[in-house]
Amino acid sequence: MHELSLCQSIYGITDRAREGRPVVTVRLRVGALRQVVPETLTYCWGVVTDTTPLAGSMLDIEPVAAELSCRSCGATTVLADRFLIACGTCDGADVEVVHGEELVVASLDLAEPASAVRS
Amino acid sequence: MGRFHRHVDGTTHTHERHDHELGDHTAYATGPERVTVLERIFTENDRAADANRSAFADAGVVCLNVMSSPGAGKTTVLAATLTHLRERGLRAGVVEGDIETSIDADRLRGLAQQVSLLNTANGFGGECHLDAPMVARALHGLDLDELDVVLVENVGNLVCPAEFDVGAHQRVMVCSVTEGEDKPLKYPVMFRSVDAVLVNKTDLLPYLDLDVDLLERNIRTVNPTAALLRISARTGDGLDSWYAWLDEAITS
Repeated sequence: MHELSLCQSIYGITDRAREGRPVVTVRLRVGALRQVVPETLTYCWGVVTDTTPLAGSMLDIEPVAAELSCRSCGATTVLADRFLIACGTCDGADVEVVHGEELVVASLDLAEPASAVRS
Repeated sequence: MGRFHRHVDGTTHTHERHDHELGDHTAYATGPERVTVLERIFTENDRAADANRSAFADAGVVCLNVMSSPGAGKTTVLAATLTHLRERGLRAGVVEGDIETSIDADRLRGLAQQVSLLNTANGFGGECHLDAPMVARALHGLDLDELDVVLVENVGNLVCPAEFDVGAHQRVMVCSVTEGEDKPLKYPVMFRSVDAVLVNKTDLLPYLDLDVDLLERNIRTVNPTAALLRISARTGDGLDSWYAWLDEAITS
């Protein structure tokens, strides 16, 4: 349940980046090695933004697959259903995690400013 | 309903649709405006963690973040460790994280030079981990210049504490043999995040069906490099190897 803490950080980043403009969607990139439950994150976002200028904004979560790079044979391994820190090609343990630990506010979709729409 | 907008050349107009009859619209995307942010969500925590690390470095203090599930034996391991450090003439401080109560802090108070208690309940039902800003607050309760080592006893939890750098130099976890062989596979992020795993309560092995070799092989699949040390904090068995690892971590 650290999703609440994460949402508080996401709120701080979003509120700075929006520079007073209304936000419709906050786009996140979340690596598979991060223990983030999307449903919990979305729920906590509602709790954290309630009664703030970001109330009603949505989180859009783009998952990033975990990927290892082998220092011995140079092969790349995408971790699918098993969390096994080993090269899929040579079985070596000297691997570097190159993807899967992302936890980033990627971008914001702003609401069209009211002044830009005339009836 | 017409669309009013401004072009890069400063001209403005209103029209129904973007059909390119009213000048060059290639630089103007319709629909909501997207702002690129690309900021890591842990930036704030990691900045605070770096500040904690600098504070430790300035005072010549080595900090260890000790994590485990509830009931794995963290406090018993720490009690023994504090006695060892005192015998070595090292001054130890403890940051004690718990959702509620000062029970663990009280247990360690007589053994540590200084103890700073962090109850995490004054949030949304109790935070399940310590983060770097919380530890920074706890450090106000310690005089680092009078210490050589700080042991952070994290909240008992195999999920959230793994995600938060608190500014420690080493991360250690206690895993008790009563938890079963499969814990490393179920909580790989925690097991992967640490520099040493203390496999605790080995005095109970004769009474359990647990295959301790399988447990260690499972730890290896998620963390090929961590030190694996079998101990019993209760009987003292194996603690010498832990103290040797600790002394190396403190002096290196």
